[in-house]
Amino acid sequence: MSAATIKIENHEQQEVKFTTCYMCACRCGIKVTLEAGKVRFIQGNRNHPTNQGVLCAKGSAGIMKQYSRAKLSKPLMRKPGTHRGAGEFVEIEWEQALDILTDRLDLIRSTDPSKLAFFTGRDQMQALTGLWAQQFGTPNWAAHGGFCSVNMAAAGLYTIGFSFWEFGAPDWDYAKYFVMWGVAEDHSSNPIKIGLEKLKRHGGKFVSINPVRTGYSAIADEWIPIKPGMDGLLALSVVHVLLSRELFDWEFLVRYTNAPWMVVQTPGKMGDGLFLRDEAGNPLVWDLEKQTFVSALDADIAPAVFGEFVAPDGRPLKTSMQLMAERYLDERYAPENVAAECGVPAEAIERMALEMAHVAFKETVELDIEWTDIWGRKHDKVIGRPVAMYAMRGISAHSNGFHACRAIHLIQMLLGALDGPGNFRARAPYPKPIPPHQVPENNIDIIHAPNTPLSRPPLGFPTRPEDLVIDHDGNPLRIDKAYSWETPIASHGLMHMVITNATNHDPYAIDTLILFMANMAWNSSMNTKSVQQMLVEEDPEEPGQYKIPFLVMVDAFHSETVNFADLVLPDTTYLERHDCISLLDRPISEPDAAADAIRYPLVELDRDVKPWQEVLVELASRLKFPAFTHKDGTRKFKNYPDFIVNYERSPGVGFLAGWRGKDGDKSLKGEPNPKQWEKYIENESFFAHHWPDNMKYNRFANKDYLEVAADVGFVGKAEPIIMQFYSEPLQKFRLAGQGLYDGPQPKNQTDRDRLVKYFDPLPLWYQPLEQQRVNEADYPFYALTQRPMMMYHSWDSQNVWLRQILAQNYMYMNRGKAERMGLADDDWIWVESHNGKIRCQLKTMEGCEENTVWTWNAIGKQGGAWGLKPEASEAKKGFLLNHLISELLPEKQGERRVTNSDPVTGQAAWFDLRVKIYKAAAGEVGTWPEFPAIKPLPHDDGERPNVLRYSTRSDAE
Amino acid sequence: MRLGLVIDLDVCVGCHACAVACKEWNASGTTAPLTDYEPYGAEPSGVWFNRIRHYEVGEYPHNKTINFPMSCMHCEDAACVTVCPTGASYKRAEDGIVLVDQDKCMGCNLCSWACPYGARELDRESGTMKKCTLCVDRIYDTKLPFEERQPACVLTCPTHARMFGDLDDPESAVSQRVREREGYQLMPELGYNPTNHYLPPRTATPIPTENMGKPGFKDRLKSLANKIVKR
Repeated sequence: MSAATIKIENHEQQEVKFTTCYMCACRCGIKVTLEAGKVRFIQGNRNHPTNQGVLCAKGSAGIMKQYSRAKLSKPLMRKPGTHRGAGEFVEIEWEQALDILTDRLDLIRSTDPSKLAFFTGRDQMQALTGLWAQQFGTPNWAAHGGFCSVNMAAAGLYTIGFSFWEFGAPDWDYAKYFVMWGVAEDHSSNPIKIGLEKLKRHGGKFVSINPVRTGYSAIADEWIPIKPGMDGLLALSVVHVLLSRELFDWEFLVRYTNAPWMVVQTPGKMGDGLFLRDEAGNPLVWDLEKQTFVSALDADIAPAVFGEFVAPDGRPLKTSMQLMAERYLDERYAPENVAAECGVPAEAIERMALEMAHVAFKETVELDIEWTDIWGRKHDKVIGRPVAMYAMRGISAHSNGFHACRAIHLIQMLLGALDGPGNFRARAPYPKPIPPHQVPENNIDIIHAPNTPLSRPPLGFPTRPEDLVIDHDGNPLRIDKAYSWETPIASHGLMHMVITNATNHDPYAIDTLILFMANMAWNSSMNTKSVQQMLVEEDPEEPGQYKIPFLVMVDAFHSETVNFADLVLPDTTYLERHDCISLLDRPISEPDAAADAIRYPLVELDRDVKPWQEVLVELASRLKFPAFTHKDGTRKFKNYPDFIVNYERSPGVGFLAGWRGKDGDKSLKGEPNPKQWEKYIENESFFAHHWPDNMKYNRFANKDYLEVAADVGFVGKAEPIIMQFYSEPLQKFRLAGQGLYDGPQPKNQTDRDRLVKYFDPLPLWYQPLEQQRVNEADYPFYALTQRPMMMYHSWDSQNVWLRQILAQNYMYMNRGKAERMGLADDDWIWVESHNGKIRCQLKTMEGCEENTVWTWNAIGKQGGAWGLKPEASEAKKGFLLNHLISELLPEKQGERRVTNSDPVTGQAAWFDLRVKIYKAAAGEVGTWPEFPAIKPLPHDDGERPNVLRYSTRSDAE
Repeated sequence: MRLGLVIDLDVCVGCHACAVACKEWNASGTTAPLTDYEPYGAEPSGVWFNRIRHYEVGEYPHNKTINFPMSCMHCEDAACVTVCPTGASYKRAEDGIVLVDQDKCMGCNLCSWACPYGARELDRESGTMKKCTLCVDRIYDTKLPFEERQPACVLTCPTHARMFGDLDDPESAVSQRVREREGYQLMPELGYNPTNHYLPPRTATPIPTENMGKPGFKDRLKSLANKIVKR
């Protein structure tokens, strides 16, 4: 038999199209082969800047997403006379669904717009949803960042001007040392994998700091099994080692950070801890040559980095760096004094610090690239400190995560390892001013005004108490209490608090909750069972009405949350609709290129569903939002694609940056191009603007780059972005807590205490909040979750291929520890927290820190959801850790209930959980709590085949 | 010619990308379809040509995790071919790929028992044995772009841990890589002479940390107040 007799497939009926993956948040470019309208093959697009041809397990499993049995097929209304959550629906026509919703929203908008809460999940269209909410006039909008990664985003944007999460990336080409803090298989999946291989091939060292050794950590050269929540302390101990040996980049600190800025030292008085400024508001430094105070923003300064000074008005001063040195040189942070708390040997901490310093300072990368700094001075080379870092959920999901992330940025600043060759580089449109110049709408008159858009977006970056979104009495104006005294810098909102607060009518009652693509009745909420009860809680004051009167669920799939909806608007899959991944939002830029991307319909719709984007544009037109309608009330945009092409945020700046201008010859900025979609489609559905070499590095102070950035609207104007390791905004909030702020101050003692304690202008470590209230002896284990690589950030564990890899989760525990406790593989165990208990099955492993247990998140499903049979392993053996986690901190006498979140950012503190573990009694088997199976939807007979033989091959057997 | 895979265990993160890409390609490939059993039910399983095993080596905290992708090794002396009573299992002379002729296979399972690598998958619906074809229907498909004429698992691997080539040719990239990295065959002692090779994890070079910096900074802090560093 020869090659000729092999049945090579027939390509006659095939066509190849390029689009953007949506199996997770990576947004890789994909090349899709279709055969007679069916999906034959999905592979990575080798020209795409994100994935460069490769594709992960999720991406390849996209076929089974397209043909999922969980797809919704028609708008649904809760069957009249049935109870919410009973799963009884009737199918309705789109026209009726849109009428119902339009009427309801119109009434809300013309009376009290805040009564609409619109929260979205893992969508990638926040520029549109945010605009929509702003035009509606409700402050109650956010995406899922508050329970995902706002600590990373906020810490970066308040410190270095870009961030872990999505606004920066390691420079894999030149990195020689890579430290990965608390990253399991998360953002960003393919780029990190591509990068790790590059690093290892070049002989670089990969250090993973993580309580669990799975996934990427498997190939780490060194694994540091830290105790959860201790990363900030470990980072500050590294800072201690670097400082105590003078291992820091003096030039970088002087040029690019606020190390030399003067901080007023008048404890107990107003103005304490703020920067000394001149009359124009410029921060001041002491110039050692001129022997006088000069503006810290000037070009040729020779500022004192350390020291104590006296202001012209007699106030004592210290430089930021002096304050930092005094704090972190303290023996509290010496490796031997943090080792036991972190669970990391002192030797390892010190060695890690010294290795970083060695690579940064003795293996420096120098590139012969001419560039001009923002002060106009030419440089003939670019210096790179090739120590790269990345950090995510393990840092983010703790109530001390904001500061922990700032502590990591502090190391990067000391090493001068930011936006240079080999370290952690910015991705356009970042870096931005620190923090970005956008404060959330907080004008109470505008917020309450009927039929009036907000003057600013609902989300932003407060820099002082005046920016909070509170009423005259200091009460929250947002349903999630973001930007209130409880969580002042909640820049992604607190989606995890919405249902609880709305049910408690705290701070007020809402009318309608729209949820898009977020499984808030299941794995995306803490305290799942309670949340399900809240959703069906009736309002005793309004007989026949629920506490949350109207719940609209928008999703493509039959999730657990769909089951609780009053109105279900079925969405399309990513292969069926237009979409854009915009530079106004969370783009796909890489350090070397500003980039964005689109999706367009590749597969014909086979059911009565509509893209949510289209529905939003339709609703905006029906409700006559000013940005979507002409003065005479007629609609401006025919549909979503038309909106994307023609909407301009400012002249020449729209959702898509490529092929702008009438003839499509302008990049980043230019008038609308009516053929823009066609150009994207011709160009494999993405656009990349490659930065010339002189604009690739030090962009926080790179004149040529910043001028372009200002021109195209990435930044307001071309001015230096000075990194802030001493954070004045934090200090302003702290002063408010101390009663020393000349402006709004909190009345409540709890708020005051939190501000004083946690709004430290320098990074600090404190015990996670829940752990401060839970007795360690009663609950000896840390408990956390991660997502498996083949499902991370995927909306999709019902995928029939992926679930063959993993359809049941276990509680994993260190093997030696389990042995000492008399536990063994497959034992059924009880896991109990202050909030409740679950029963699940145990597996032991070596690669788990001894005081930690963990499981895969979101494997457990409610029976009948996600197109699965009620007896699916996910429902019978899978479980959620969520039941053990409370969205509120344990009660404390004299204190109102406070969110279980980072006190600075409102980031959900998923990983602060502590538990006890004991063997289930003989006969106690199966996961607990149990949930009743969800009923099939009207279009679904509930029958599922026992065998699936998917193939597009015409000559298949 | 002896076509096969070289798999770098130093960079395999165990992400299953190769396994799913394989499933996806071959679901409509030359031995299509690859049946799934209980796809929506209690114990989902199915026909996969490539499966990833995960092992731990050593004891905490010195443990390591090894991710080990396993598929047909395309053995030089393939026991599965020797035992096949119908001649369905065969090894191609021209490139060494081991295949199963679906028209001749009667699903007797002898090959599956003979294979020490667990690389054979009985499709209970078709009643035939199926296995990795090295994407024979990709690598010789001249209608595909040249650079894509590779097995789906190799094309997709996010860490480029998988390489494809001619292990007979000492100058091929795969042969060179095997030499440089001391690549090895799995269980060579069994005598089947597998074509696929694995590259062992590398050991990182220690980074010198002696004499880094000047200790005692705390004491020098005062004198440093006057150190001139210009922007």
